[in-house]
Amino acid sequence: MIIYGVAALAACHLAGVILGDLLGVILGVQSNVGGVGFAMLLLILSTDWLRRTGRLPQLSEQGILFWSAMYIPIVVAMAAQQNVVAALAGGPIAIIAGVGATIACMALVPAVARIGGQDAPLPPLMAQEA
Amino acid sequence: MEMITEILSKNGLVFAFVVVGVVMWLSYQLSDRLSAGRLHGSAVAIIIGLVLAWLGGIATGGSKGLADVPMFAGIGLMGGAMLRDLAIVSTAYGVDIREIRKAGAAGVVALALGIFVSFAVGALVAAAFGYTDAVSMATIGGGAATYIVGPVTGTALGASSEVIALSVAAGLLKAVLVMIGTPFVAPLIGLNNPKSAMAYGGLMGTTSGVAGGLAATDKRLVPYGAMTATFYTGLGCLMGPSVIYLMLLAITGS
Repeated sequence: MIIYGVAALAACHLAGVILGDLLGVILGVQSNVGGVGFAMLLLILSTDWLRRTGRLPQLSEQGILFWSAMYIPIVVAMAAQQNVVAALAGGPIAIIAGVGATIACMALVPAVARIGGQDAPLPPLMAQEA
Repeated sequence: MEMITEILSKNGLVFAFVVVGVVMWLSYQLSDRLSAGRLHGSAVAIIIGLVLAWLGGIATGGSKGLADVPMFAGIGLMGGAMLRDLAIVSTAYGVDIREIRKAGAAGVVALALGIFVSFAVGALVAAAFGYTDAVSMATIGGGAATYIVGPVTGTALGASSEVIALSVAAGLLKAVLVMIGTPFVAPLIGLNNPKSAMAYGGLMGTTSGVAGGLAATDKRLVPYGAMTATFYTGLGCLMGPSVIYLMLLAITGS
């Protein structure tokens, strides 16, 4: 059933966020530390195990793939509720700090990505596959 | 007319699906017709989303963009942290764990470097504009990391509300820039494989920026970038009011 896939995804999400919050408390930070990352690892490991033991039928898989396909529309909705007015109203300090940090960190990507050897690019994407 | 807006507000999330569907369709048409597919449809959609957010903010004076317009409140639910994180987690389905393990070292270095460089840039800009005390420099530096790290650092250190507002503005601007800019800089910085995406997520840190920017570049990179970006804000909140503040205090002496 499709709901099994959705439920597995939701359970991983919640378990990950709880782990992230716990880690935040342990570190004494008022923030979640890596919750979504833990959730992703849980989903990867648990679905891999389910698939290998033949307990993840295609229909259950659809429940996860639906949310994956909804990712870009959800991101568009996220963009539509950003505080763009405040972002543009910060004056020169906010603009230079925001732009400067963005550019400086972007420029570091090639150097950091080279750690442990360069990787080959992914094969080109089919049009409309997203 | 009033009846219709009432129905739309009551069915907020359902209406949001329609609105976003229309925006997506329009974006892919624009992408095909005007840029011959060079600028990805999802990039156009995110830019339209940001323009709508700006219009909503101007119209209502609120802080949640289009979602502050009562009729479009469902956008707030659809694009809120809950469903966004669920969708991000779902993109990890089918990811090869070996890719993540292989890029682990690069991811950790990216996180440390990303937080440190953002704080350094923000603190330098703050000092250049006359905020030479360690508290203000750390707060604006935190804002240059993400719009959550800034206020958390500022609140912990007792920064003025004016400085905290500046740090939030810097962080918001970074998120918007990363959303729009990623597809344009991707070819220049080799952002085309899982490892560089993990480096990117760790260096940029803003979850919404990375989530949007990688979606507009190549959706297959999303899980790798999101994986590292999700640790950034927490680590930034950890380092900002402690290690980085103490370093700034040692340099400025006040």
